[in-house]
Amino acid sequence: MNTEFIFKYLPLYEKAAVLTLRIGVEGIIIAILLGIICALIQYGKVPIIRRIVSVYIELSRNTPLLVQLFFIYYGLPKIGISTNAEVCGAIGLGFLGGSYMAEAIRSGLETIEPIQAESALSLGLKPAQVMRYVILPQAVSVSMPAFMANIIFLLKETSVFSAISLMDLMFTAKDLIGLYYKTTESLFMLVVFYLIILLPVSLLGRFIERRLRYAGFGT
Amino acid sequence: MGEELLKIEGLVKSYDGHTVLDGIDLTVHSGEVLVIIGPSGCGKSTLLRCINGLEPIHGGKITLSGEEIRNGSKNLPTLRQKIGMVFQSYELFPHLTVLDNITLAPLKVQKRTKAEAEEEALKLLERVGLKDKAKQYPRQLSGGQKQRVAIVRALCMHPEVMLFDEVTAALDPEMVREVLDVMLDLAKQGRTMIIVTHEMQFAEAVADRVIFIDKGNIIEEGKPKEFFNSPKTERAAQFLNIFEFESVKD
Amino acid sequence: MPDLGLDVLFKGKNMMRLLGGLGTALKISLTAVLLSIPLGILLGILMVRKELVIRAITRLYLEFIRIMPQLVLLFIVFFGSARAFGSDISGELSSVIVFTLWGTAEMGDLVRGAIISIPKHQYESSEALGLTSAQTYFYIIIPQTVRRLIPLSVNLITRMIKTTSLVLMIGVVEVTKVAQQIIEANRMTSPNAAFGVFLTVFLLYFIACWPLSLLARYLERKWG
Repeated sequence: MNTEFIFKYLPLYEKAAVLTLRIGVEGIIIAILLGIICALIQYGKVPIIRRIVSVYIELSRNTPLLVQLFFIYYGLPKIGISTNAEVCGAIGLGFLGGSYMAEAIRSGLETIEPIQAESALSLGLKPAQVMRYVILPQAVSVSMPAFMANIIFLLKETSVFSAISLMDLMFTAKDLIGLYYKTTESLFMLVVFYLIILLPVSLLGRFIERRLRYAGFGT
Repeated sequence: MGEELLKIEGLVKSYDGHTVLDGIDLTVHSGEVLVIIGPSGCGKSTLLRCINGLEPIHGGKITLSGEEIRNGSKNLPTLRQKIGMVFQSYELFPHLTVLDNITLAPLKVQKRTKAEAEEEALKLLERVGLKDKAKQYPRQLSGGQKQRVAIVRALCMHPEVMLFDEVTAALDPEMVREVLDVMLDLAKQGRTMIIVTHEMQFAEAVADRVIFIDKGNIIEEGKPKEFFNSPKTERAAQFLNIFEFESVKD
Repeated sequence: MPDLGLDVLFKGKNMMRLLGGLGTALKISLTAVLLSIPLGILLGILMVRKELVIRAITRLYLEFIRIMPQLVLLFIVFFGSARAFGSDISGELSSVIVFTLWGTAEMGDLVRGAIISIPKHQYESSEALGLTSAQTYFYIIIPQTVRRLIPLSVNLITRMIKTTSLVLMIGVVEVTKVAQQIIEANRMTSPNAAFGVFLTVFLLYFIACWPLSLLARYLERKWG
């Protein structure tokens, strides 16, 4: 392995990793917000909108991110909705992740017995306060393992961003392989950088899961 | 006895076409301790849930100091502050400490200051012998302790009337007493209470008035002594007999 | 009504070509799943063995495959193979290899989970009957795990079908690549083709995956 090559192109990978992470985080934030909204709509059984949400969830879960991105990036401009590649990446990731987050939160919400809400109501809390102070905090901690798994899944999905010509890690690796034929070095750095991004999140997820499983509230 | 506090007129409630409460008329005066007894499924718990606006009703009217309680109405949160409710299954919030469980509603609903709410919470906890548990989480408490915390949580809102829905039914026998003692103490303080219970001796000791409900109707009502010693109706007599039979077996 | 570029789909053999592309994607995922099932069962059994080395190796394999984006794995096999063996392997073969490696890992973990969830006395009682450990697995453990595995495998198939969209990045001509070709070829006559064609690809994937998702959900409820 040519270490000189690795050090020479390290900054390129760093830049790419920052881009990958930035869009990844933006997309994940969109996904969480979208997921909470969709989960609340389904949990609250809001008429009509609830149907739209289920259609969205099925569409999002049963199609690949790459195709979603192509449609947003190349298809939508044809009917006058243009985005730049970075915004497209974040929106696409958010569109994909929203449904996964919604399912995670909804299954958390469903584990909270309705009588918990009633006991909060009986204290005079308004429905929104019941949600905010009693239901959501419990649901979120129940959904935490699924939540972390989704975050890892979404960070992995960022690897397709190069398809809409974002200069992410995949793009950089492919570029270097094409230009200099340094396949081993390029792939090695690719793996290392993905490990740097994903390993801490994965370990954190496991830590949280263990804590929740063996401890729960009160330790 | 004080003035009229809670008034129920012609209350009808049904689930899927099955009538659970069939025209209940009931008035509770301020300072009164009312005990409701009856066989399981007679509608007594549903009655409490209706009083707290947790169930939509299908006829009649419930008013607290003249204000109507109706499921779904705008002023319900305000009215509920005046009605404390304690559930059979405690329903403490597992993600909050004992102290936070008690002060959540005073802080968020009544907008009281943290220092003042906590001070009162600790005073009440001390009264029920749980001051040292303030910083613990519900899962670290026994059933009887949880239920005492639940009572304190309701009390801290300064309710005008307290509803107790079979609060000892889920407890191990040795913990029943500690909860009942707290309730007796509250009765002595002159609190208005509506209690649904299966503890007959306790009922006799605590009640100013007993009502017996069966199949959604009030069958009999009276002073505890008269009711328990010489019930006027056949059905109440039968129910009390069955009950003694069961308690002998226990 | 604006031009949505839907007319391109009905020109010549375009629709058939798209379906052909989807066929390639389905072929890759199906082959990989069929290979993954036996290999995954084998891996799962290896993962619960007592030998520390075997457990460490299988664990490492599982963790690496799981944490790496599938596209990175595709790159490693596709670009790396030329380097390592001096000979190119085709994009399609690379895809099958990667999907099988991935499917084996996922399936292996499912099998492992299923095996350890079977109560210990099941093993003991079959040993008491004089069955060898191979026989125990074959007659007692595997039949019990299969029921739990089927819905999860169906789910895995849908995930694989979705992931086949990535193989265009290593030059395999599947549905998304065909879509790009069609859009390119009709750039002059139908400038808005990108909307209609990508929408169609989107729906094609949905039509391929949705019934499987529903089936998996149904089986999970029935057997879960």
